[in-house]
Amino acid sequence: MIETVLDYASWASILGGLFFMVVGTIGVLRLPDVFTRLHAAGMTDTMGAGLLILGMSFQTVVGIMHGETSYWSVLIRLVFVYAFLMFTSPISTHALARAAIVSGLEPWTNDHEDDA
Amino acid sequence: MLRAVGLGAILLTFWLLLSGHYTPLLIGFGVGSTALVVFLSMRMDVIDHEGVPIHISTRLLLYIPWIMKEIVVANIAVAKVILDPRLPISPRLVTFHGSPKTDLGRVVYANSITLTPGTITIGVSGQEYLIHALSAADLDSNEQDEMDARCTQVAEG
Amino acid sequence: MFVAATIGILASMAIVLVRALLGPTVYDRVMAVNIFGTKTVLLIAVLGFLTDRPEFLDLALVYALINFIGTIAVLKFFAFGDLGLTRRVERGPE
Repeated sequence: MIETVLDYASWASILGGLFFMVVGTIGVLRLPDVFTRLHAAGMTDTMGAGLLILGMSFQTVVGIMHGETSYWSVLIRLVFVYAFLMFTSPISTHALARAAIVSGLEPWTNDHEDDA
Repeated sequence: MLRAVGLGAILLTFWLLLSGHYTPLLIGFGVGSTALVVFLSMRMDVIDHEGVPIHISTRLLLYIPWIMKEIVVANIAVAKVILDPRLPISPRLVTFHGSPKTDLGRVVYANSITLTPGTITIGVSGQEYLIHALSAADLDSNEQDEMDARCTQVAEG
Repeated sequence: MFVAATIGILASMAIVLVRALLGPTVYDRVMAVNIFGTKTVLLIAVLGFLTDRPEFLDLALVYALINFIGTIAVLKFFAFGDLGLTRRVERGPE
């Protein structure tokens, strides 16, 4: 019973992760400049990766419940992969934004109230 | 010294968790490389409140669920913006005043701002944060105040 | 189902490559490559489950770290023109 629930939850979060990943990618294509694109890039790093890894973790939990002890190490590695992504993603985002602004790129804007 | 022991314990736990082979030889390799890394870190003089912030670890663990919730909320908001055919964005640069005073607190705060999609920290000087926001709605001041308060609490107790 | 996940990740990787090719600035390209790396990490993990060999996650772990260091190194190279320097080079006339 609980295994079926975990299985469905796993597929749901993998599909959710794919959804956010594709939306983030569409954002990278659609948005107008590098700063706005970084917001979309952050989406793939946080929610896309997070939900996919959550879904895979559910699968390993199902495996553990079937008595496969080797899945414990898989679960630990998944947690580490996510932790690394969480710690490194904001730093590379910040480094990119900083490098772009230091090099003199002007952020794109559609604020025309100031001009009027 | 306590921090050096803490770093060694963390590294050794990491080794043991990843290794999966518990024979005397391999555990010996783990202890050896842990000792080498701790020795090198001491020589590099990076074992301080910044390099090994074990004093905030429990508060950081309590902070993670809250930031996760914030990330989910912000992600859904940004996804709606991207999927909207009109692309209703109004990107802007704003300067914020944050309350964390220590280096560690400012790092936690700046990274939390960057982690939630919709806002990116571009620069920090003193307590002023230069932030790029995707739209004005992402700059909800109540939310920023709460994040500010929580980050200060995490890093400075 | 892991097949679907693999195809989804591969498709979004292809879309990101379009951004890497279009640019227009070097930062767009670096960002695209960074996202590509994150997706590679996830692809390795999913492929591990797909082929029932979850040991692939070790590779994903290492790839996550190398991707980060690579991004920072490339950015530093573009900012300073050198990986060892810590401030911008002033190129004199001589």
